Amino acid sequence: MHFLKLILRNTLRHTLRTGLTVLGLVVAILAFGLLRTVVDAWYSGAESASSTRLVTRNAISLVFPLPINYQERIRRIEGVTAVSHASWFGGVYVTEKNFFPQFAVDAKTYFDLYPEYLISPDEMKAFGADRKGCMIGRKVANTYGFKIGDTVPLRGTIYSGAWSFTVRAIYDGAEAGTDTSQFFFHWDYLNETIKKAASRRTDHVGVYVIEISDADRAAEISTEVDAMFRNSLAETLTETEKAFQLGFVSMTEAIVVAIRIVSFVVIFIILAVMANTMAMTARERIREYAMLKALGFGPRFLAGLIYGESLAIALTGAAVGILLTFPVADKFSKQVGTLFPVFGVSVETVYMQAAAAIAVGIAAAVLPALRAARVPIVEGLRSIG
Amino acid sequence: MENLSEPIVQIRHLTKSYRRGEQLVPVLTNISFDIISSEFIALMGPSGSGKSTLLNLIAGIDKPDSGSLKVNGTDIATLSEADLADWRAANVGFIFQFYNLMPVLTAFENVELPLLLTRLSRSQRRERVELALSMVGLTDRMEHYPSELSGGQQQRVAIARAFITDPVILVADEPTGDLDRASADEILSMLERLNSEMGKTIIMVTHDPHAAKSAHSIRHLEKGELDVRS
Repeated sequence: MHFLKLILRNTLRHTLRTGLTVLGLVVAILAFGLLRTVVDAWYSGAESASSTRLVTRNAISLVFPLPINYQERIRRIEGVTAVSHASWFGGVYVTEKNFFPQFAVDAKTYFDLYPEYLISPDEMKAFGADRKGCMIGRKVANTYGFKIGDTVPLRGTIYSGAWSFTVRAIYDGAEAGTDTSQFFFHWDYLNETIKKAASRRTDHVGVYVIEISDADRAAEISTEVDAMFRNSLAETLTETEKAFQLGFVSMTEAIVVAIRIVSFVVIFIILAVMANTMAMTARERIREYAMLKALGFGPRFLAGLIYGESLAIALTGAAVGILLTFPVADKFSKQVGTLFPVFGVSVETVYMQAAAAIAVGIAAAVLPALRAARVPIVEGLRSIG
Repeated sequence: MENLSEPIVQIRHLTKSYRRGEQLVPVLTNISFDIISSEFIALMGPSGSGKSTLLNLIAGIDKPDSGSLKVNGTDIATLSEADLADWRAANVGFIFQFYNLMPVLTAFENVELPLLLTRLSRSQRRERVELALSMVGLTDRMEHYPSELSGGQQQRVAIARAFITDPVILVADEPTGDLDRASADEILSMLERLNSEMGKTIIMVTHDPHAAKSAHSIRHLEKGELDVRS
């Protein structure tokens, strides 16, 4: 009881110093949490990938399309239960800032492969019936205020020209990690439109999405798909959906690494600040520690006082920082719109924030505790705090 | 139980030196003398004569280079740091020149501090602390923090903290050095009472001849050696 009372009163002894240190910790823990959440958002596509879905793309590059007639041939492979396709559209809604991914898909088959997209049967039917209709995710609808029946104009970049779609369906995610920042429309409509311009992309698709019956056979079926189109004009590369998503992340790996490094640099800086606070504190109290030692209190008691105070400051900063992470992340998510499909503070991030604060609290107290434990009583009693 | 016929402190051929850079500076040289139980002794001498060092050695907060130092039958020069800490908690009460109270603890909590190392219950501790504070006339100041007390009052709290565990010896390093004459006299009469009424052995370092008069005997130190005339 006295021990905790002493720790608490020591912590509140210099309210300004303690307050500023706690403030520093709050900012550091908050920044750490936000940066970790950005990293998580980067990997969200890979994390939510299904183990029973494979993605087949052109072996040369994702930029090159695949013929539409591959769909039937892939479907015939044993172990494949469904095949659909998607093509990156790359349109711009009003300005480039309003980014959300748009895909031309085979409306009849595509959504059967994604049970995590929750769509009402009526809206699904309406989407299927309108060749110029589109289906959007809830995040897109909320960010841009789209409603059923609204017209969404897009300026084509890959498929040039002005395009216009009517919102016929809005899908929700079955889980928190489901991407609801996407925009889907009919590939048939895209294909017919570009056919008129005699585009080389006619009757071609971006990727095939393959559903397999057994996740353990993913490697075997991938090999079989790619073997089927070997020595053709458009050789394929098939991989799991997770590997496909990670391929995208790897393109921006340097940014992710930089964010990760910065997140730890922030913690290192606050460790230095915290260590300085604890060193000043311990230096000022050397005489008190010497007096306590003279009375018979051991080095462990003194170390306990210093570690306790350091942890009390660190955990207070962590608690406030963690609590602030949620509203700040929410605000940040709204600011960046649909740039990050999934942006939420995970439980793992909260654990990491708490662990970082505890590590800072402990590390900052090591040297002051050692000094207090080692200082000779006579020398300590002579010191001027 | 203390044996009154035996000296409570036996010092034999005690030497102590400090290292200053490359140089070894002798502080105490071949000190030998006894202090009998319930004696009130004053250690005097000019600055640097070694009187505080001698007090620190007797109190077990410093270690001699050689010689033996028996307090209440224990040769404290041979004890380990941990054993010495336990020994101090049970045998020595400290009174410092600058009181050395914990500023974040009340007078009550400061006096209670040494009792936290004992097995006394909370109520037993309270009883003892209240008694000690009443003995030093601070019953009405129990919940005051050191910053809310005068120098004399703070030193009275320190005295209560020193005798709360009923130690064998009380060591006082310039206990009146930071006080005005009136407060100093109050503290000295309190020490005299502790000695005469409770039979406490008191070893006091002082520069002040007036303070030294409170003691039964005075030992003079000069350049680390005991003045044979004292």
